[in-house]
Amino acid sequence: MSDATPPAAPAPARPASGPATKDGSERWNQTLRDITGGSAMISLLAVLVALVVGAILIAFTNEGVQETAGYFFSRPTDLLRAVWDAVSGAYSALFQGAIYNFRANNFLTAIRPLTETLTFATPLIAAGLGVGLAFRVGMFNIGGRGQMLIAAGAAGYVAFAVELPAGIHLIVAVLAGLLGGAIWGGVVGLLKARTGAHEVIVTIMLNFVALYLIQFLLRTPGALQAPGSNNPKTPPMLPTAVFPDLFGPRYNLHAGFLTVIAATIFVWWLLSRSNLGFQFRAVGQNPNAARVAGINVKNVYLYAMAISGALVGLAGVNQVLGTLTTGFSSGIDAGIGFDAITVALLGRSKPWGIFAAGVLFGAFKAGGFAMQAAEGVPIDIVVVVQALIVLFIAAPPLVRAMFHLPTPGTTKKPRIRKTNEVVAK
Amino acid sequence: MFGTVAMLAACAQAPATTDDTNSAAASDFLPCMVSDAGGFDDKSFNQLGFEGLTEASEALGVDPITVESTSETDYQSNVQNLVDQGCSLIVTVGFNLAAATVESALANPEVNFAIIDNDADLDFDGAVDAPNIKPIIFDTAPAAFLAGYAAAGYSKTGVVGTYGGMQFPTVTIFMDGFADGVAYYNEQNGTDVKSLGWDVASQTGSFTGGFAAGVESLANAQGLIDQNADVLLPVGGPIFLSAIEAIKSSGKDIAMVGVDADLYETDATNKSLFLTSILKGIKVSVSDVVSGAGEDSFDATPYVGTLDNDGVGIASFHDFESKVPSTLGDELDAIKAGIIDGSITVESPSSPKQ
Repeated sequence: MSDATPPAAPAPARPASGPATKDGSERWNQTLRDITGGSAMISLLAVLVALVVGAILIAFTNEGVQETAGYFFSRPTDLLRAVWDAVSGAYSALFQGAIYNFRANNFLTAIRPLTETLTFATPLIAAGLGVGLAFRVGMFNIGGRGQMLIAAGAAGYVAFAVELPAGIHLIVAVLAGLLGGAIWGGVVGLLKARTGAHEVIVTIMLNFVALYLIQFLLRTPGALQAPGSNNPKTPPMLPTAVFPDLFGPRYNLHAGFLTVIAATIFVWWLLSRSNLGFQFRAVGQNPNAARVAGINVKNVYLYAMAISGALVGLAGVNQVLGTLTTGFSSGIDAGIGFDAITVALLGRSKPWGIFAAGVLFGAFKAGGFAMQAAEGVPIDIVVVVQALIVLFIAAPPLVRAMFHLPTPGTTKKPRIRKTNEVVAK
Repeated sequence: MFGTVAMLAACAQAPATTDDTNSAAASDFLPCMVSDAGGFDDKSFNQLGFEGLTEASEALGVDPITVESTSETDYQSNVQNLVDQGCSLIVTVGFNLAAATVESALANPEVNFAIIDNDADLDFDGAVDAPNIKPIIFDTAPAAFLAGYAAAGYSKTGVVGTYGGMQFPTVTIFMDGFADGVAYYNEQNGTDVKSLGWDVASQTGSFTGGFAAGVESLANAQGLIDQNADVLLPVGGPIFLSAIEAIKSSGKDIAMVGVDADLYETDATNKSLFLTSILKGIKVSVSDVVSGAGEDSFDATPYVGTLDNDGVGIASFHDFESKVPSTLGDELDAIKAGIIDGSITVESPSSPKQ
């Protein structure tokens, strides 16, 4: 790789010419850009490698494999068959639980898993868009949990405690949730803009503030707690405020899915077609240059975090008005605030990329249940696969080295490509 | 070194190929269980329920399917997948799964359900919401009342304390009974033993905010020790482990009251610390329900563990037998009899409604 670097001197001289004080934040920005802006190919390969490592883990934890490994030398085929059974069983259960169930006796039942996948993808896409938007502005929003909880609390309260006519009720509840998320995210933007507080610290801390606030409200009668109960849980949402089912009561997929499609289009339009989005991207590329160009960087931080918070809030709204309408407790965020970071990374912070990544993670989620129920594979395997995806995405050189991909920015020399072809054959 | 061991380990003889059909029980009974977000290793009701299920399944010769939930949006999908797998009895754990259980029970009348620690009464009309759900619930307050009385009788400093994991009814019911038991001891004996950490009237007290051992639990225990308490009752799965740490580092002579299982037996390394334990027969009751269903005698009447049917109770004093007042055992037996015949009433806002 080193031979690709031209021997000319100017390259190392350039960073040295910048002011030394900016070094830390410059490097942070550069790293963040590298990780969030890689190619689609790296994403694809990261998923692939993670699935392969997942298969190895499934094989290792399988009882049949452990048993047959004991007499590997006396009858090796047993081990190989056990490994094949374990891995193919687990992944086929994953597929049947996430996309299409071959064992069902009619098409309408067989396709149910796909609708489950989209149901679970809905909040992941919404939160992923929020996190991805912040990435594009050069900010790391780890406050998804808090923003979701506040949004879920606000939307949930309007949905079960306020009586409004059908239609209007749903819209008001959704708006209340978006506003809650926007405020929780906007506070972070404001603190960053006015006091220079780092958004990573502030968002993480606000997660705890939100969690304990919601827990307090959940056991306060008259706030979020269901009347007549002493469990920390809300009453069910009123039917007028619930997202209607898209394909009838047989499937769980609800109209919230349409809201995330709209949100994806909105984020695409915002980032690539609007004036504000141009400022977002300019600040994300280089805040100093953006300031010199006349962009009000402080306001951009505030707006970006508020919009990011509202998008993550949409995930919380979908949880309480779509996925779990029978009342929720303080675990309603279901870790989606953190999964959204992975989704945004995998989607390369691009709206449609995030949409696809969200659907993939929704499939993992929906298929994970079937994998556990049908094959007894621990649900943690799915979490490990997701974690591995992050690991491989965060280390693009590792994935490139594994698949002999060229490093971006280096010129492809014909000689090197030739060697690669020989190796490939 | 490792390689050699692995090589040797892989040299065993292959077994004969005809042991494939050991499920010759010829039973199509399939018991299943869904955990709540705590998982089956929570050292509390998930784990005890799981052990009960395993025990009964072994006796019946069937392989149960168990699935763990990781968040509250998982419950419905997990129950649905178990129905799809053809389970005949699905045991769900905790009030968090009540909504998913009721929904699935109404949609699948041919499948039987049992739910631990919840009465499956979402509309609060006093009846179980579906005819095929058997609630397994426990009236723990009387047992905790006995433990509170015993703690007050044992305490030398005149201060006892409790704290919980999170403010759930299944947690605070212990604290209610315990505090009431201490108050009853004072009333009967004209003493003034103080009970810290929980106020029955206002239903407020100390909580760690979670069900994990850690600094929060350690700080709670330390706080009680600093206020001179010499009997501690930490309620909520593994949080008692941190209390043990606090007791040991304090160097004082402090006793502990265990919950759920007899910790003298399940945590033998620390057995010298346990005055007694408040027992909650989750394992036995789940095992009974599963065996009953396996023998085709499932009935949906709620199982309520009481002092009377030994569903709840307190463990013996074990090593503390010689350290407690000699009359204490007899007094506890009298109180227990009084509670059973109704002459002493122990009630908690969290008691199961019958």
